[in-house]
Amino acid sequence: MESLLAGCIGFLTACGVFLLLRGRTFPVVVGLTMLSYAVNLFLFSSGRLTLQGAAVLGTTDNYADPLPQALVLTAIVIGFAMTAYLVILAIRARADLGNDHVDGKLPGNESSRKESR
Amino acid sequence: MTLLWILLLPLLGTLVPVLTANWRRSACAMATAVPPAFALMILLYYGSAVFAGESLRYTLGWIPLLGLDISIRLDGLAFLFSLLILGIGLLIILYARYYLSEQDSMPRFYAYLMLFMTAMMGIVLSNNVLQLWLFWELTSISSFLLISYWWHKSEARRGARMALTVTGAGGLCLLAALLLLGQITGSYDLDVILASGAVIQQHGWYPLVLVLFLLGCFTKSAQFPFHFWLPNAMAAPTPVSAYLHSATMVKAGIFLLARFYPAMAGTDLWFLLVSMTGLTTLLVGAYLALFKHDLKGLLAYSTISHLGLITLLFGMGTDLAAVAGVFHIINHATFKASLFMAAGIIDHESGSRDMRKLNGLWHFMPITATLAMVAAAAMAGVPLLNGFLSKEMFFVETLQQHLLGSLSWIIPVLATVAGIFSVAYSTRFIHDVFFNGKPKGLTKTPHEPPRYMRMPVEVLVVLCILVGVAPGYIVGDLLHAASFAVLGTEVPEYSLAIWHGFNVALLMSIVALAGGALIYINRKHLFDFQNTLPGVDAITTFESIMKVLVKHCQQLYSWLDNGSLQRYLVFLLMGVVVLAGLPLLQLDTLFGGRPELPVDAVNATGAAMLLISAFATVVFHRQRVVALLMISVVGLMVSIAFTRFSAPDLALTQLSVEVVTIILLMLALFFLPHKTPKQSSPTRVIRDIGLASMVGVVIGSISYAIMTRPFSTISDFFLANSKTGGGGTNVVNVILVDFRGFDTFGEIAVLGIASLGIFKLLTRIPVFKPSSDGEGRPWALERHPVLLATVSQSLLPLALMVSVFIFFRGHNLPGGGFIAGLVTAVALILQYIAHGVEWVKSRMNIEYQRVVAVGLMVALVTGVASWLFNKPFLTSWFDYFDIPLLGKVELASAIAFDAGVYITVVGSTMLILASLGKMTTSHRPVHTESI
Repeated sequence: MESLLAGCIGFLTACGVFLLLRGRTFPVVVGLTMLSYAVNLFLFSSGRLTLQGAAVLGTTDNYADPLPQALVLTAIVIGFAMTAYLVILAIRARADLGNDHVDGKLPGNESSRKESR
Repeated sequence: MTLLWILLLPLLGTLVPVLTANWRRSACAMATAVPPAFALMILLYYGSAVFAGESLRYTLGWIPLLGLDISIRLDGLAFLFSLLILGIGLLIILYARYYLSEQDSMPRFYAYLMLFMTAMMGIVLSNNVLQLWLFWELTSISSFLLISYWWHKSEARRGARMALTVTGAGGLCLLAALLLLGQITGSYDLDVILASGAVIQQHGWYPLVLVLFLLGCFTKSAQFPFHFWLPNAMAAPTPVSAYLHSATMVKAGIFLLARFYPAMAGTDLWFLLVSMTGLTTLLVGAYLALFKHDLKGLLAYSTISHLGLITLLFGMGTDLAAVAGVFHIINHATFKASLFMAAGIIDHESGSRDMRKLNGLWHFMPITATLAMVAAAAMAGVPLLNGFLSKEMFFVETLQQHLLGSLSWIIPVLATVAGIFSVAYSTRFIHDVFFNGKPKGLTKTPHEPPRYMRMPVEVLVVLCILVGVAPGYIVGDLLHAASFAVLGTEVPEYSLAIWHGFNVALLMSIVALAGGALIYINRKHLFDFQNTLPGVDAITTFESIMKVLVKHCQQLYSWLDNGSLQRYLVFLLMGVVVLAGLPLLQLDTLFGGRPELPVDAVNATGAAMLLISAFATVVFHRQRVVALLMISVVGLMVSIAFTRFSAPDLALTQLSVEVVTIILLMLALFFLPHKTPKQSSPTRVIRDIGLASMVGVVIGSISYAIMTRPFSTISDFFLANSKTGGGGTNVVNVILVDFRGFDTFGEIAVLGIASLGIFKLLTRIPVFKPSSDGEGRPWALERHPVLLATVSQSLLPLALMVSVFIFFRGHNLPGGGFIAGLVTAVALILQYIAHGVEWVKSRMNIEYQRVVAVGLMVALVTGVASWLFNKPFLTSWFDYFDIPLLGKVELASAIAFDAGVYITVVGSTMLILASLGKMTTSHRPVHTESI
């Protein structure tokens, strides 16, 4: 099972990274969301995998590690806040700049690139 | 503490000239002199203790963990240098009062000068090498300010830039050397470093450390081949040249050689590098000095030559040579500072520094001429003056050394040659300026300077004579104390006498004097020869080299930073692959020995769905709505994975966040294009796939390696104490609201800040309303479907009830503030979707940014409340109560904290979605008021 989950984490990471490398804002946001899934699973799995062992006292005698769970729980919520912020930045950038490229300008315009540096 | 004032007084003195800027010039100068004068008095007060061989220390703790302290050490060497810095500094203040004209800003000059004085005092008094380096850099900066004091002159600006570049680059080398020394010895404390000479010299890094260290010293002390900045720094006002470029700053490099002598010296590498650099500098400086027509140029090259002499002495490696080096530091400072000031007087009173114009000044300024002649004679090494004594010791030491094996005899010969040229240029200074006919083409008639302008020169010349006649009485103790501090061991026997009988050293002196006179008489031939050589303009060469360097740096920079974020990300990710991948290569096997769980059909199906939907997200990423649907499947599978692997809290959170995220992204698509144009070239796509796969492989492997390794966790503590200490059985929730409550507080604060940031970003956004979707289809006419409206309305109370239930049971069963908050938010958002912003607003007019604030306040107050009971922030409390009807109920302060979390989550989520959603409704408010 561990190898399967590790494979999933790796695949999610790869998909997320690929989308992060796209030039438009929306795929980047989607990629970041994907990457956060991978990161959350990764952090969660560092507590090792346990079946039937929710960390609620008195329900089992083989508890899952609650610490990574607590960390990931807040990470999920913060991840949402970050995604939201990024999305709004993307919207704002498009509204102000007129395009949705991550650099704020469409590629292939060599002169404007030099000026903006 | 009194010790610290030696350093603090000059620092405070920086302000004095600025504050007294409106006073009369003399008053301003006098006020400026007060702090260094007091510092000098304190220094002299410690004199007897230092002469007795003590080294006084004072430490003020600053960041002890990083080894950063304000640490002062006053030993013989520091005392000697402090005396030079403060003593000559005071004379310079007096001199500058008359040297600067009415147009020059005197307060600015004095402020820079005092800043420089502080920096120098900091170098010599520091007992912490990082602190020392800080002051070292400060001398470079203040020297830059002083050289460019007449910034309207191009040569001053160029000279200042050059000096800053050279000494600044050396300073960086020095920093590297000091950091490495700190690594080797484990301390930045000078005492420790000086005491670990053996450790340092046996360390593998020693050659590197030594070279970096010497680069720092040699650039500062203008050693060949870095000497070129010093003549160009002569564009500074003459008081600066006298103070910085002869007596103090250029000696800072020498000071470091002396200071680190016990730690760094004693190896063959040291002898070779230091002595050969010193010897070359000695010869080059002495030779070139002869051909300079500018008075200050001659003195500058002569200074370079004398600095080379001192360096050579420290490079010889014998104790007596080091003593001679210290002695020559004193002597050179006195005669060279007085010569510079004399040159300044001549320049000031005759309007020129060109020795081809200045002739026969003896008739116009006999007193100054006498003083200058005595000082120049000391420079040439004429008996009965101080220069003779240290030069004699130098000659003796050149005869004693065995640096070059059987070729060692070359060194005394070359030393004599340098002595010959030294006599020749000193003679030229005296004869060309004060005799040799009449002045040619001077703009004004030369005359004696004001009485007090001459006084500093007089003081120094008198010292030259006194030391020359009675060295033992005048500087014996000082020299002994300073030498003791340099060597770190007992000072060998030496004799400070004028007459040592007829010996080879005396012969060398006589040859030098005679040869120098001979060369001067026949100088015409030498000048003719020198004129046939191609001249090298140091400053132009330097600037063209700098230009090339800057150009290449810019090319590299624009290659790295071409404005494309994608490119930066590629670099970062490559770094990830390398940094995270390399350690994996050293791992024999990924599998760590922990048996794997079996794969059943459910897991396999889930994993397959996860992989397929993730892949579909990537494949369909141009069709944004499809990609969004696909990624929601990924999120769903992730939350199922959480359920499967015993994390119900995570599953609930993931599920509710998933809903909110997808709604958010849907809303965002209203404002963004619905399709991504195809723009990446195929090679680029291949590159990205390759890079992404590498990252994925590395991360997946790490994850597998972690999961299959046995481990011990600190969570047993939480499991054991959750019920007894935190009063709850859901350990995850207890960790969040109790054990790690402070973290959670920080996290909800971040959440609140993010939502407020979004709120701010969306106000005053340029309005644009797409009237149709990406493919030109108009929006649906039915804005709020009846079915959805009805269902959502009836769902609301149910959803709220569920969230209250989840909230309260959270302490003992899966649930809690985060999840309940998200459920509430989803229920509320549903109302917005079903009915529109206006409808909700007319029924529930809440400013969500206030909700966020209230939530944070509730959490904060809960935490602060524990102060009332004299407990640390966020200490939790719980007890059980019998309440009629409900039975035994547990009340915990953590519930109040969780309520804060709940309110913040609701407020933030609603603020984010409602702010964005408000803009998508066509019933937009006419003016953009806040919600």
